[in-house]
Amino acid sequence: MITLKALYMVAGLMFWAFALLSAADRLNPKRMGNALFWGLLGTSFVVGDRLGDFGNGLLVVALALVGGLNLPGRGRPATTSEAERTALAARLGNRLFIPALVIPAFALAGTLLGKQLIIAGQPLLEAKQVTLISLGFGVLVALGIGMAWLRPAPLTPLQEGRRIMDQVGWAAVLPQLLAALGATFTAVGFGQAVGEILSAVLPLGSPFAATAAYCVGMALLTMALGNAFAAFPVMTAAIGLPLVIHAHGGNPAVVAAIGMLAGFCGTLMTPMAANFNIVPAALLELKDRLAVVKVQAPTAMLLLIGNIALMYWLAF
Amino acid sequence: MRRLPNALFFVLLAILATGLVGGLGARTTIETLGRAFNDSRFVSLPWIVLPVIGLLERHGLKERAAAIIGRMQGATTGRLLLAYLAFRQLSAALGLVSIAGQAQTVRPILAPMAEAASGSDDPAIRETIRAHAAAADNIGLFFGEDIFLAIASILLIRAFLADNGIALEPIALSVRAIPTAILAFVIHGARLLWLDRKLKR
Repeated sequence: MITLKALYMVAGLMFWAFALLSAADRLNPKRMGNALFWGLLGTSFVVGDRLGDFGNGLLVVALALVGGLNLPGRGRPATTSEAERTALAARLGNRLFIPALVIPAFALAGTLLGKQLIIAGQPLLEAKQVTLISLGFGVLVALGIGMAWLRPAPLTPLQEGRRIMDQVGWAAVLPQLLAALGATFTAVGFGQAVGEILSAVLPLGSPFAATAAYCVGMALLTMALGNAFAAFPVMTAAIGLPLVIHAHGGNPAVVAAIGMLAGFCGTLMTPMAANFNIVPAALLELKDRLAVVKVQAPTAMLLLIGNIALMYWLAF
Repeated sequence: MRRLPNALFFVLLAILATGLVGGLGARTTIETLGRAFNDSRFVSLPWIVLPVIGLLERHGLKERAAAIIGRMQGATTGRLLLAYLAFRQLSAALGLVSIAGQAQTVRPILAPMAEAASGSDDPAIRETIRAHAAAADNIGLFFGEDIFLAIASILLIRAFLADNGIALEPIALSVRAIPTAILAFVIHGARLLWLDRKLKR
């Protein structure tokens, strides 16, 4: 059976290749910082399951120090100029989209059909991860098509991948480190403490006040933790379940479903949700790392008000 | 030139401080950090698209995306992003959350198209448009995926309520995500059309 582990291996080898190519990049004065950073990340992907929790912890501390103290620079491997790219785009035409579309096509096919692939009585793909595994296959097929058609030098895709990876830089591992912060908050009971304080200080006597407090609380705790999934059990146990559902008789399906979506409004407004808000700013080379959050905030605020109104209207 | 430590450093400090002040002890703090990082590696998996995207960008993918939009009659930044928002919400509602994304769709295709549709050369305006492209992807994803029955958030809600003695079918929860999904489309869609009016001036 093919599991996510095979894909972790592929990703790890790619990060290791970025590390080696970085080390050989004489134009980057901080090349050893880059090599160390991507090398450590690759190590986490290749052997993370064999290092144990403490070993992984030490690896992450090293990774966060190398990245956090700005030891890596930005590699700029040689590439085509803007004029060359415009000329190539005109010559190659819409066929350029084919490899790019192969990736989602595989993800789609895998999601729809992946669970039915059974070889010798065993499912071929790990059932819970079919989409991600198919996406990985799609990448390999797209790469094969691109190589056969465009005939670049063998290392070109890795060099071009490294160029984009270095633009993202340390932000690339921020989402995983924030997940670790969330886990630490959970381990020390931070969320529960916040939930207890909120439910103690807010006046929650009326159904509307309780509904508003639950939705706003979901959004705020999500902003603090960076993740609505972490905020949901805390806020629902503190306000949603005892007050909105039990004391005031709100419909549990409405309260819980819309409560989670109120949390998603918070996700749109926080740099703590780095993979959605900070990584894209790096990928799109935005000078203001908070530009995506700023663009999303008005929609998120209006939608939060909308969620409070919907919950109040539909649950009671 | 030495730059100050960045967010990665401060998040690490926050983790160590939370663990130590919260009474976990040094070793357990490091172990919690290591386990959570290792278990969340799937978050970083989409980076494997970069070699393909980089290869295609080297051969003019962004320029091609921009050229197509430039020739399309009536294509504006707001309308393009509105169409993408609808596509992203509908496909996410069908559970197809991985068919698009910031690295694979927004950077190489959507953002260049949205910039080209504006016809503007002002760097500040182009930055705002790129941020809007990223936002359309996030908003479409967040307020589409909860309509799908087997998505992680629906399963989490169901498990939590079951633990507290409230048994619900996934469908009972996912239909409740539909009003918010429609509202999200209306609110953000209106803002995108408003963006077109601002760009015209």
